[in-house]
Amino acid sequence: MIRAESLTKSFLSGGRPLVVVKNISFQIEPKAFVAIVGPSGSGKTTLLGLLAGLDRPTEGRVVLDGQDLNTLDEDGRARFRSERVGFVFQSFHLIPTLTAQENVQVPLELRGEDAEQRAAELLQRVGLGGREHHYPSQLSGGEQQRVALARAFSIRPRILFADEPTGNLDAATGTRVISIMTELNEESGTTMVLVTHDADLAAKAHRVIRLADGAVVADSGNGVQQA
Amino acid sequence: MTTLKFILNMAWREGRAGGRRLLLLTTAISAGVAALVAIESFSENLRTGIAEQSRALLGADARIASRITPTQATTETVDSIARQGGAGTGDVASVTGFAGMAYLKRSGATRMVRVTAIAGEYPLYGTVRTTPADRWKGLTSDGRIALVDPSFLTGLQASIGDTLSLGEASFVVAGTVDNFPGDVGIESAFGPRVFIPSRYLAETSLLSFGARAEYEWYLRFPDSTRVEALAKAWRTKVNQRQLSLRTASDNEENLRSSLDQLGRYLSLIALIALLLGGIGVGSAVQVFLGQKREAIAVLRCLGATSLQLFAVYLLQAMIMGLIGSAVGVGLGLLLQLVLPHVFGEFLPLTVQIRPSPRAVFTGLLIGLWVSTIFALLPLLRVRSVPPLEVLRRPYETTRRERAELWTWVARITLVVSTVLLSIYQVGEIRKGLFFAGAIGFALLVLWLAALALIRGVRRWFPRRLPYVWRQGLANLYRPENQTVAVVLALGFGAFLLGALALVQHNLLRQLNLDAGPGKPNLVFFDIQPDQREGLADLLKQQGHPASAPVPIVPMRIRSINGRPVGQILADSAPKNREGEPIERWALRREFRSTYRDSIVHSEKVVVGLWWNPGSQKGPVFPISLETGVASDLGVTVRDTIVWDVQGVSITTRIANLREVNWARFEPNFFVVFPTGALEAAPQSYVVLTRASTSLELGEIQRQVVQRFSNITSIDLTTIQSAVERIVSSVVLAVRFMALFSLATGTIVLIGALATSRFQRVREAVLLKTLGAVRRQVLRIMLAEYAALGVLSAFVAMALASAAGWALTKYVFEVPFSVPWGGYLALGVGMIALTLVTGIWNSVEVFRRTPLEVLRGE
Repeated sequence: MIRAESLTKSFLSGGRPLVVVKNISFQIEPKAFVAIVGPSGSGKTTLLGLLAGLDRPTEGRVVLDGQDLNTLDEDGRARFRSERVGFVFQSFHLIPTLTAQENVQVPLELRGEDAEQRAAELLQRVGLGGREHHYPSQLSGGEQQRVALARAFSIRPRILFADEPTGNLDAATGTRVISIMTELNEESGTTMVLVTHDADLAAKAHRVIRLADGAVVADSGNGVQQA
Repeated sequence: MTTLKFILNMAWREGRAGGRRLLLLTTAISAGVAALVAIESFSENLRTGIAEQSRALLGADARIASRITPTQATTETVDSIARQGGAGTGDVASVTGFAGMAYLKRSGATRMVRVTAIAGEYPLYGTVRTTPADRWKGLTSDGRIALVDPSFLTGLQASIGDTLSLGEASFVVAGTVDNFPGDVGIESAFGPRVFIPSRYLAETSLLSFGARAEYEWYLRFPDSTRVEALAKAWRTKVNQRQLSLRTASDNEENLRSSLDQLGRYLSLIALIALLLGGIGVGSAVQVFLGQKREAIAVLRCLGATSLQLFAVYLLQAMIMGLIGSAVGVGLGLLLQLVLPHVFGEFLPLTVQIRPSPRAVFTGLLIGLWVSTIFALLPLLRVRSVPPLEVLRRPYETTRRERAELWTWVARITLVVSTVLLSIYQVGEIRKGLFFAGAIGFALLVLWLAALALIRGVRRWFPRRLPYVWRQGLANLYRPENQTVAVVLALGFGAFLLGALALVQHNLLRQLNLDAGPGKPNLVFFDIQPDQREGLADLLKQQGHPASAPVPIVPMRIRSINGRPVGQILADSAPKNREGEPIERWALRREFRSTYRDSIVHSEKVVVGLWWNPGSQKGPVFPISLETGVASDLGVTVRDTIVWDVQGVSITTRIANLREVNWARFEPNFFVVFPTGALEAAPQSYVVLTRASTSLELGEIQRQVVQRFSNITSIDLTTIQSAVERIVSSVVLAVRFMALFSLATGTIVLIGALATSRFQRVREAVLLKTLGAVRRQVLRIMLAEYAALGVLSAFVAMALASAAGWALTKYVFEVPFSVPWGGYLALGVGMIALTLVTGIWNSVEVFRRTPLEVLRGE
């Protein structure tokens, strides 16, 4: 489902190149639930960005659901995401000017699908029935993250990427969010890749990839591919 | 279709919640559109008014006019035209107009007035409003009565029923003329009018030799007469007889084109406001997108393409631009109700104000276009917001990206639009290009100055200054600083106002200079040869130094380089030998020339040489022509002109061309003859004198009028007040429009400062966290805004001085000086405006606690 081949990403920092992801390769099977863990600055988020096609690697390539992302331009990747990829973020990233329901509708509307009913159903499903017309600022953190979940699953994505989905939530709310997430994952057979610091959350994953200093240092699934 | 639906949905939802944030955009465009719509709609109303009232504005279907005493041939021509057009005896009226001295018997007060002597049913169309009502009809039948402009009564402290003398004749003031069709208010600056019946004109003896009068005949034709065809058939003959013929539709056309021109120039000032508003739109969109960056990144993550997002925000900007334009249209329509009061002095008619659909439509369209075009450049950046920003803030060192194709397309569109809008407003390609170029140049200078400030502060940074000042100055070149936008916005408005103030100052100063102690301030003209001595004695007795009498000999041109004037005038577009156009008025006019062998200090020879005194014996005399009239006549040095001096031909050759400073309060002439040529010709004289106080001025004028009733006098204060009134009316109109630029400039300033507000708040909060007290934070800001204000003021003043200098020197041809006091006030005002706007914009800095902001990160 996801194939990373010799991924390297470097930035210019203060005019000097800084290598953040160093020559990483691995493969993730369909319907897998993979957690990427590691200390701050280990390159987790950069790797997630590369896998999701939010950024281009300096070297190497990502093949997502059979599609080589390097062959797509920025807009091509955006279209690809709108068809097959869902996202959940640490800071929820709901659009503040849209209501809960409209936030959920956006990805569907981008595909030109009839969105209202599906959005309402999903909000019901994540326990927010009756709050469809609230704006993000009128919702608690946990509620916002549930809207974000509904938004991510609205298009029935083939792959879901999550960046510290519980990072901004208290423990109880975090647990609630994770259980909804795993339920939805199982129901829809989505491949799920999440970046987390949360050991409990990582423990729920089928496979854990551990990064340090931009390189994979441990991989519970396929063994260490690159030392 | 999918994309369109998404774009419309998103634009609607975002606009619904975020419209407030684009308020700046809306207001930035409103002021310019309001000014534009007000001017355009008002001009349209004027045009309609002129078309509807064209016959009343002329007072007839056709008018024939002459500047020379009518001859038998003149009367025959008028009669023939009247007959041929089917006009009956009651359909012809005649009017004689000239300047003369009115003398009020009761108080002894005198005043130069414009005498209008009427025979027949003038005006043949339109109604004259008088106090008491309906006095006009009796003017020509009720005996020796006069109707006067209301300013006559106030100026001479006279009242209805008083007796006034005009030359040898007396009239009872029977009422005032409150409204005369076709009157322009500003005309009364040249003296009030006194209307008298023509049949007593001879009794006044004011039309003595050398007096200047205009003779007019007004004709009314039956509706069946094709006035234009009649005029066309007669035009050549009328021209040959050195008469002028104007029909109601000629008049309409003339009025319309001159008022259109006024409207066009004023709408250029509106255009400046609009373009400044465009800069405001740019800032507003930049502020808006700064707040939307995260949402854009999220939408990119969710799969929205850059084009879709660009369209969403472009649509929003366009909708807000349209709303702004609509608000502007509304304001403009209200504003045009005020315009008759602002321009009233120049208008020959009462305008019925109604909204012009064309102006409304143009306002909406231009407003929408300008806001769209100026929004484009910042909006293009939507496309470069990376989806990755959702995961991380951009830590990567930002490289200056090379402007790509679309940015260039947007820039070129912007420039082309500005040029096209200018051409559209001016209605002429060359002037439009010039105007756009001038705006471009002013903006370029302001932009370069801002860049120089940024570089200069950075290069020669005052390291010894206290910390707060250093921090404030360093803000001028920080990343995403707004130095350029602020300098442009503030500088442009101040530049306009400054240049205007300079021109006004220099025009009025010239008058005051001429009124300096020791300089003549009273001029007597129409002095007959036998009155010279008497007048000199009288002035001497009263202790007023009189200048040597300057002779004036009236004459007309008979032929130029062998071509008779009648023949030249018969051409539909008269041209000289080189094919350059000749102005008809110059051929038709009566020249009032003098003779002397010396050159006076208000003139200077620019082409050719002055003649040797006393060497001229004829038969061909050298003459000197003023450069302007020479160009209107299409002649230059060595060309031959034959003059008709009271029936005698005098052949002359142009020896030199002079530049004349007409602004000097001195007798200046288009044509100067050498001595020996005109001494024997009938002539009148001009004498200049000086009276120190207004009391003396009044007294000497009264004595002269009593003794020599035909001698007219003008005192400098009359001219001064006339010019002051004209200048201040024009300045009022221009300043009124310039205010829109200033208003827009302020909005733009707010926008420019708002662009960096978030950065500023964050920085200030960090400083507060690190222990800075509010006073220090305030000082840092003051330092930055003061530097911006001082620079903008300085550059704007320098630009205004250059523009003001060029205008005073080349357009108004008066010496240039800078009103330091007023200038300083304008500069200080601008700095204060920057400080107030800046601090007001940053009030949040003081209101919010550090934790509040850091949490919101």
